[in-house]
Amino acid sequence: MQLGFTAAEERFRSEAAGWLEAQLAGPFRDLRGESSMSGKLERRMAWERELGAARFSCIGWPQEFGGRDATLAEQVIFAEEYARAGAPGRIGHMGIELAGPTILAFGTAAQKARFLPPIARGEEFWCQGYSEPNAGSDLANVRTRAELTQGQAGPEWLINGQKIWTSLAQFADWSFVVCRTEEGSRGHRGLSYLLVPMRQSAVTVRPIRQMTGEAEFNETFFADARTAADNVVGAVGDGWRIAMGTLAFERGVSTLGQQMNFRNELDAIIAAARANGLLGDPAIRQRLAHAHIGLKLMRYSALRMLSNAQEGRLANEAYTYKIFWATWRKKLGELAADVLGPAGEIAAAAPYEWELLMRVFLGARADTIYGGTNQIQRNIIAERALGLPREPRGG
Amino acid sequence: MQFVHSEEQQMIRASARSFLESYDSARLRAALAAPGGYEVALWQQISSELGWCGLAIPEAYGGAGLGWVELCILQEEQGRRLAASPFFATVALGAALVRECATASQQGELLTHVAAGGVRIACALGGPDGRPPPEGVAVSLESRAGGLVLSGVSDFVIHADSADLLLVLARGEDPQELSLLMLPPASAGVSIEPHVMLDLTRPMSRVRFAQVRIGEDALLGARGTAAAGIGRALDLARIALASEALGAAERVLEMTTEYVKQRIQFGRAIGSFQALKHRLADMMIEVEAARSAAWYAACVADEAPQELPEAAATAKSYCCDAFYNCAASAIQLHGGLGFTWEHEVQLYFKRARASATLLGSPAWQRERLLRALELGATPTPVF
Repeated sequence: MQLGFTAAEERFRSEAAGWLEAQLAGPFRDLRGESSMSGKLERRMAWERELGAARFSCIGWPQEFGGRDATLAEQVIFAEEYARAGAPGRIGHMGIELAGPTILAFGTAAQKARFLPPIARGEEFWCQGYSEPNAGSDLANVRTRAELTQGQAGPEWLINGQKIWTSLAQFADWSFVVCRTEEGSRGHRGLSYLLVPMRQSAVTVRPIRQMTGEAEFNETFFADARTAADNVVGAVGDGWRIAMGTLAFERGVSTLGQQMNFRNELDAIIAAARANGLLGDPAIRQRLAHAHIGLKLMRYSALRMLSNAQEGRLANEAYTYKIFWATWRKKLGELAADVLGPAGEIAAAAPYEWELLMRVFLGARADTIYGGTNQIQRNIIAERALGLPREPRGG
Repeated sequence: MQFVHSEEQQMIRASARSFLESYDSARLRAALAAPGGYEVALWQQISSELGWCGLAIPEAYGGAGLGWVELCILQEEQGRRLAASPFFATVALGAALVRECATASQQGELLTHVAAGGVRIACALGGPDGRPPPEGVAVSLESRAGGLVLSGVSDFVIHADSADLLLVLARGEDPQELSLLMLPPASAGVSIEPHVMLDLTRPMSRVRFAQVRIGEDALLGARGTAAAGIGRALDLARIALASEALGAAERVLEMTTEYVKQRIQFGRAIGSFQALKHRLADMMIEVEAARSAAWYAACVADEAPQELPEAAATAKSYCCDAFYNCAASAIQLHGGLGFTWEHEVQLYFKRARASATLLGSPAWQRERLLRALELGATPTPVF
């Protein structure tokens, strides 16, 4: 057990902090504090390229693919300094946190050489093709089909089907898509993990308007979409294992960055409570303290998770992390609404725009649904971590 | 930065767990009925043979020179078994008070004694209203011709009836001035009245001081200057208590998980019903968050004193709430069996309730946390 950092690590901290400050006080000052999912898109893409050029985009990756071989401590430090500097949310995270680590872990040498450097340079963006209208919690019920055919340039996959909840699909260059590649297969057997170019006419992206009024998610339609035969990660038919591997990467260092956004939200609630006097209300104070404690525990759990992962262990806290933060943030949204009171129910602008705190209130309803609902999370905890009997499963 | 236990720390846990393996339900029940409410043989092994009392005491005083992280591992393991012994009062509370308040030469003498396992300490801190110090202190210290006089009442004094040494927190003529004193429990004018407590595993007494005459040499540190040291020592004790609660919550989850796997109703193990599985999952979510809270706070105790009030308030409130919620769920999930005197789970439930109120309730800790974060203040919850 050791919380502190070494002198060399502190030097890395100064280097990172100095670079971030120079950028965000200089050429990228317009992006300081930008926390929306996809606002100021062109500038955000430029920022990703700037990070890539300085090798600050994927510091934990090997140097040959554009990373720095950074240690866990350095990754933690960078996440902290990134947030401290008020740097914008990473629009490249689907590639950086999910596609990249999956290819790094399961991909061929050729796939690594082809796909990793453009992610690290901020030149290619990714989206995720998992859920379907009939494959939500029952993710293995995938119906999108892919079959090998002979194309003009060689053998290729022909993909047909529909994915849903594909965030950032509107500007992604590539998607990692779970497809059924074995005719007549059911459940998690017969699936493959394909890498599919999004910029082709056979792929259509249609935005979904959410209860928040925004449209961050999409439906993505594949109608004879194509990708080269060797753009399959892992063996054909082994896609379920690869897809589950990707989900495990979602518990990486990025969680520390996510916590910094939560910190800003909690600070905004405290500021609102100070402004309208509710900071002196004992019941509200108890809830503020609960929120503060929950956020701290998220940080400590993330540090445990990362320390364990470094030693090659998937420990218990990795099972409980998602439901903990999702439930916490839903309560945070309710606290925000209670602190604002009736005034919070007046929109900031037409047609249906909201200030930060009411966006937290509304948006947090999704947190306990996507990435595995709270109910699915509890099943996983009970069955895999506690070893209780499994739910009956069809198929 | 490495937020997992080292190999040496894991060995401390493994050996403590295997030592306490034999401290089963039968021994626990026997201990509760014994004079003083604990098993003398267990305490002798802990204090004399295993050297647990000296684990976090400097080597210069005969200890092992390790830190609060290691001590809290022992607290977790004793919490798992509800091991009733003077360990918490003597080491996590008493030795911490000595370390934070006493002069160097007093520390040398007392901590050497603690490390050798030769003394059981009881700490008379708060008063009968149950408020944590400094608000609750109801013993006063006055100068009289030829010495000092203690008078008043202290309450909720853990293991006072079997202690070799009393540490007493007293107010001066100026109530802001706090002094810490030590005296033998058998001193003239001291009377100890054991309570029947809700939590059968942590005996407590009321201690009355009727014009007790003591010398200047009874003062630990300078007179009237104990407040800051008391604050730090109580935070160390809160972290140790949080660790104990974590261990107990973890054990309650294990017991309940085992039970729902083997209990058959409607022709299947009740642990296969989602209504029960989800409640067990909720228990585990709290246990894991409690683990993060307690481990982090123990590290803070060793490495980052400036964070001590925040870390102690966080760990004490979260771990005690988690333990209570887990113990409450455990009773429910054990069904009628959980409501019997015979089943162990009721002992955990009662320990959970009593741990929550000891040294400041979760709500009290949360208000204190907001103050430490400079987020203003409202009237403190009474307990």
